[in-house]
Amino acid sequence: MSTTEWGARLTMPVSEGRDHVRGPADAPVTLVEYGDYECPYCGAAYPIIKEVQARMGRRLRFAFRNFPIATSHPHAKQAAEAAEAAATQGRFWQMHDLLYENQRHLRDRDLRAYAGKLGLDIGRFDEELAEHVHADRIREDFMSGVRSGVNGTPAFYINGTRHDDSYEFQTLLTALERAATGATSNTTAPPGTDR
Amino acid sequence: MTSARANHRTGPLPPGTEAPDLELLSAPGRKTSIAEFQGRPVILAFYPADWSPVCSDQLALYQELLPEFQRFNAQLLGVSVDGIWSHLAFARDRNLRFPLLADFEPKGEMARAYQVYRAEDGTSERALYVIDSKGIVRWSYVSPASVNPGADGILRALESLGMEGAS
Repeated sequence: MSTTEWGARLTMPVSEGRDHVRGPADAPVTLVEYGDYECPYCGAAYPIIKEVQARMGRRLRFAFRNFPIATSHPHAKQAAEAAEAAATQGRFWQMHDLLYENQRHLRDRDLRAYAGKLGLDIGRFDEELAEHVHADRIREDFMSGVRSGVNGTPAFYINGTRHDDSYEFQTLLTALERAATGATSNTTAPPGTDR
Repeated sequence: MTSARANHRTGPLPPGTEAPDLELLSAPGRKTSIAEFQGRPVILAFYPADWSPVCSDQLALYQELLPEFQRFNAQLLGVSVDGIWSHLAFARDRNLRFPLLADFEPKGEMARAYQVYRAEDGTSERALYVIDSKGIVRWSYVSPASVNPGADGILRALESLGMEGAS
């Protein structure tokens, strides 16, 4: 597939402190997704990521960043804020999963119900959403994506390079496995060749 | 002004070229031209057609980025060969709040002037221009029609203008 001539690299490196990460910090492959909770393509990618994670185990680190396109998806920002509010209570991935498993139900009262289901402190959750406490962080995720060449969702980066191929299971797994073997045999950055 | 057929090179007008100024309908009874925004940078986003999936994603992304463009005091204008009524319905349906110019009659006149008309398809290329506050092209880019070019190139071009348009 074609690539744009600029910005095919992740400009904001994955940070264990800042990012929502699953998998070991020293995994040979890091997969970053820029996603929107209301985007149907992201919804389609969600079970594929799960499958890839199950297959690769501790050889894969996965990070998720917010890229809500509210112009197309009116509930996307609020859903992203709900995930971030859950994160402050240590339940980011549980909320992330609930949101993708219930993509068509992302109204405020749905989000609140998910918070209840996860046993979150609802008072705190409500307050953080009402005051948009996490809006700046979500915008920071979004802009880091724009500057890295994200042009739609979902967008994937494998060890910092944009994955411009399909995210269908076998294609994605092959690309990740290739990166994993490349990373173990050669610790320097891979050459910037276009595929 | 640069004539539409002044040179025969392929590809978009290069940096340093004076941006052709045309007046196109942007709403029923409302004409818009680049000269209107003199003193501010202008981002021109040529796209092949209203309603096609890639266009919609691309323009939705730009809508999200309007506050970033405003930091540079830049005006975003979308351009396609669709008529004004299609633009109006499209903008309403997709929540787009920036002008869409109808390059409709004579068809593709603006796209031709900017050397991004695809005669074989009867549409424009998917092309981006950043024009400075004095009406000079500072950056141009043509993307493969099916590839959403994103916005990083636009932001880089605006940054390289050095905030000249900011008041």
